[in-house]
Amino acid sequence: MVEPLNPAHTRHHPRWHRRRMPIFWWLRKWRYFRFIARELTSVLVAYAVLLLLAEVLAVARGPDAHAAFRAWLARPPVLVAHAVVLLGLLFHTVTWLNLAPRALVVRLGRRRIPPRAVLVAHYAAWIVVSALLVLLIGRT
Amino acid sequence: MGRSREPYLWALFSAGGMVAALVLPALAFVLWIAAPAGWIQLGGYDRVAPLVLHPVTRAALLALVVLGLFHAAHRFRYTLYDGLQLYHLNALIAGLTYGAAAVASLAAAWTLATVP
Repeated sequence: MVEPLNPAHTRHHPRWHRRRMPIFWWLRKWRYFRFIARELTSVLVAYAVLLLLAEVLAVARGPDAHAAFRAWLARPPVLVAHAVVLLGLLFHTVTWLNLAPRALVVRLGRRRIPPRAVLVAHYAAWIVVSALLVLLIGRT
Repeated sequence: MGRSREPYLWALFSAGGMVAALVLPALAFVLWIAAPAGWIQLGGYDRVAPLVLHPVTRAALLALVVLGLFHAAHRFRYTLYDGLQLYHLNALIAGLTYGAAAVASLAAAWTLATVP
């Protein structure tokens, strides 16, 4: 029997030899914190789509439920919370669109479309979609 | 989570992230900030209901809900994985996050299809 080089090594727990990072490593640097903040916008995206669903259900339940839902939206604490949600959603949008040129390499024949053009196209799409939605909802 | 499922989950994450990025800020601003704060005036129930309950709106909303939830599930899964370093709970976290997204998606599909 050969003595293992590393006496603490066991086959199923090789990780014990990684250096432990503190749980709050992402509070140490601004850019680490930004990374975790960007990842946590996922919670706000989930909240937003569920709130949209709740809004549709309130409409489906009739005028009273719809009015109650609108009254709830207008309560100051809810309004403040939703302002924070909006900031988070904007953070998601900006960080997402900024990564698009790196995630998406568009080629036209043998030439690569410049990353800057991909970026501009994504922001243009955002503006167009937003304007259409505002028009659609505003027409009611 | 098997290795082979990862590309599909990533595709859902990616599609959901794009849809959420394009539509959510405008919707959130108009519906949850500008209208409740009184900056703009939205129509009453009689004008809102036909638009909101239209089949096309329901289908679009369902797509947004499903993609958004799977986007969020995937991203939140890796936030727990990287941020809190819960490597040993990987399978459990994946089951809970994607499971919650799947259950909520099915519930959303059921309600959107059956409400009047």
